Amino acid sequence: MLKQIEGSQAMAAAIAMCRPEVISCYPITPQTHIVEALSAMTKRGELGSCQFINVESEFAALSVLIGASATGARSYTATSSQGLLFMAEAVYNAAGLGLPIVMTIGNRALGAPINIWNDHSDSMSMRDAGWIQLHAESNQEAVDLHLQAFRLAEELSCPVMVCVDGFILTHAYERVDLPTQEQVDAYLPPYDPVQVLDPAEPVSIGAMVGPEAFAEVRYLAHHKQLRALELLPRLAEEFAHGFGRSSGGLLSEYRTADAETIVIALGSVNGTIKDTVDELRDTGMAIGAVKLCSFRPFPLAAVRAALQKAKRVIVIEKDLAVGLGGIVASNVRMALRGLPVAVHTVIAGLGGRAITKVSLRRVFTEVHAQSESFAEPHFLDLNWQVVEKELARQAEQRRAGPTAENVLRQVNAIGTRVH
Amino acid sequence: MSNTRVKFYQTGTFTVGNRLLDDSDRTVQSRPERTNSLNSGHRACQGCGEALGARYAIDAAMRAANNQLVAVNATGCLEVFSTPYPETSWQIPWLHSLFGNAPAVASGVAAALRAKGKKDTKVIAQGGDGGTVDIGFGCLSGMFERNDDVLYICYDNEAYMNTGVQRSGSTPAAAHTATTQAVGSQPGNPFGTGKSIPLIAMAHGIPYVATASVADLHDLEAKVTKAMGVTGARYVHVHVPCPLGWGCDPSYTLKVARLAVESGLFPLFEAEYGEVVARTPIRRLIKVDEYLKLQRRFQHLFGEPGQPAVIAAIQAQAERNIKRFGLVEKGEAK
Repeated sequence: MLKQIEGSQAMAAAIAMCRPEVISCYPITPQTHIVEALSAMTKRGELGSCQFINVESEFAALSVLIGASATGARSYTATSSQGLLFMAEAVYNAAGLGLPIVMTIGNRALGAPINIWNDHSDSMSMRDAGWIQLHAESNQEAVDLHLQAFRLAEELSCPVMVCVDGFILTHAYERVDLPTQEQVDAYLPPYDPVQVLDPAEPVSIGAMVGPEAFAEVRYLAHHKQLRALELLPRLAEEFAHGFGRSSGGLLSEYRTADAETIVIALGSVNGTIKDTVDELRDTGMAIGAVKLCSFRPFPLAAVRAALQKAKRVIVIEKDLAVGLGGIVASNVRMALRGLPVAVHTVIAGLGGRAITKVSLRRVFTEVHAQSESFAEPHFLDLNWQVVEKELARQAEQRRAGPTAENVLRQVNAIGTRVH
Repeated sequence: MSNTRVKFYQTGTFTVGNRLLDDSDRTVQSRPERTNSLNSGHRACQGCGEALGARYAIDAAMRAANNQLVAVNATGCLEVFSTPYPETSWQIPWLHSLFGNAPAVASGVAAALRAKGKKDTKVIAQGGDGGTVDIGFGCLSGMFERNDDVLYICYDNEAYMNTGVQRSGSTPAAAHTATTQAVGSQPGNPFGTGKSIPLIAMAHGIPYVATASVADLHDLEAKVTKAMGVTGARYVHVHVPCPLGWGCDPSYTLKVARLAVESGLFPLFEAEYGEVVARTPIRRLIKVDEYLKLQRRFQHLFGEPGQPAVIAAIQAQAERNIKRFGLVEKGEAK
């Protein structure tokens, strides 16, 4: 059914159709609208015997689901930013125990400085935790990925994060085709756990594992992600068959057939990238784009296949590996190892700074024309004047004071700035 | 079962002779159908109070739940000594997640059972004092205030024993630990620190809170049984000596535990909805030094010149407990 609907409401409706049995909730912007909607649905009795638990922290939110999932219940929560960091120990634990929890990440920057706006620093911080990480481009895909996430999680007995850009998707009203309960039921069978706490068949879960077996247990976690590489395209195909539209998969390509320059990115910025690609194509530039849906597992072979014919690749990423540069770019380089393809890192959209077509067009044109001299990594729309002034000030005086406050004083603005 | 104290006039003791009790009052451990939920063969130290307490507590919980029980365990000695896999000692469904989240995990198990309509399966969570008083306190308080249907049992041996005897929020004043050494002008753990989780649990207004000790295993079983008959958040705090951490003879575990109770340092009481409803009077009141001197962690208080002022301060703590909980009845103490 087509609806003009807020992203969070659409996702909540989709999650409800997945028939969750335990939902835990701890408020943090910008994921709150999703769990608020699920809370109301549970309270109205629309989710049957589903238990909605308001907990005292994100650490508890995920811990509650660890218990619920191990008891055989389909389990869901959502978080963002500091919340994901606060639950970090449980994030690794849920994956290590192989519990198929689904969690929405309303992607948001990490502090300090505190910032509520979108980038991918939060989910990137947990990229090696053993969770599958899927990124949505649009609210339609956010809806669809949740249905696929439960299916994938439960088939593999592995937790899945559905990453949606905070505000840009969670708070945006756009057209979404919501599935019917019958469609979802046909796609997603009831949860049949591979391990369950049951007095009729007692098992110990969570025993200590020493050097004699730890590496094997960890390899099997890696193996699960390798299986996800095969399963994701199959689930996307089955999804397309059942719902009549394509969503998910490992990645998707846009005008890459003869492209010399290919831009690759995660999440909602792909819309802006495709528009920019179209405009540059109109000027005759051989440029295309790849939207990466699955960041974990990282589809090395699929990325290599999609990018290998290009002369250069531009990675647009909303995160920063401080002291290194790009996280996604490092992974892309691994996919392209041994090939003569230059990979350029563009750090963009940190803390919610808008990524505009104007800026993308400038960077794409520059790289396309003179790839060799392009700075690595490139910080999109960074105000060098402010940076240099602050560096000079810090060099002048020992007690230079807090950096963030001094930068803010310089730009004389609170909140987002386009550039 | 009840925790009625039966005095056997033949011997003049309170020894529980099962043969002389009504069947309903007999101890769970003596019954042929006891479940050995925490089975023999685990790797606890000799004289471990926690292993003893857990064995009695969980078998009592199993009996009360008609063997339909799921246990969640915090990281700690109990978790480590019971499950060096493949030699798990647990005969019941058992889940260990993390050090600080056992109460929340147990809330999740209870929620899943509710969602699935499995009303007959009960949930317990357990941990040591580190996992309960310190790192798991946030999750514990959350579980309490939501009144989730979980019995949480804390086995309190008053320090982080699993990691090598470091101070916890439950370590008593003056005690030597690996992080509160018996050196300097105020040796051992500082006075004026620490907290009482039973009292904090009561402040949540939950249906049932009790303290118990391995010194009185029949009473421990009775309190666990009572707790299992209540719906909502319940808390049982069990005092369990640790021969390794306390520096006492492994054969003295019960004796030391008993002296803690008889000195007034570990009061035994029950509370319902935030009000104390019962307490165990001290039959033979002792001075705290009788308890302290058996333990190496308090050794620095004795000898020449010793620390009589510190011992007096600990005695004052005991007397505050005695007054606060009414632990000495007229004509009771000898």
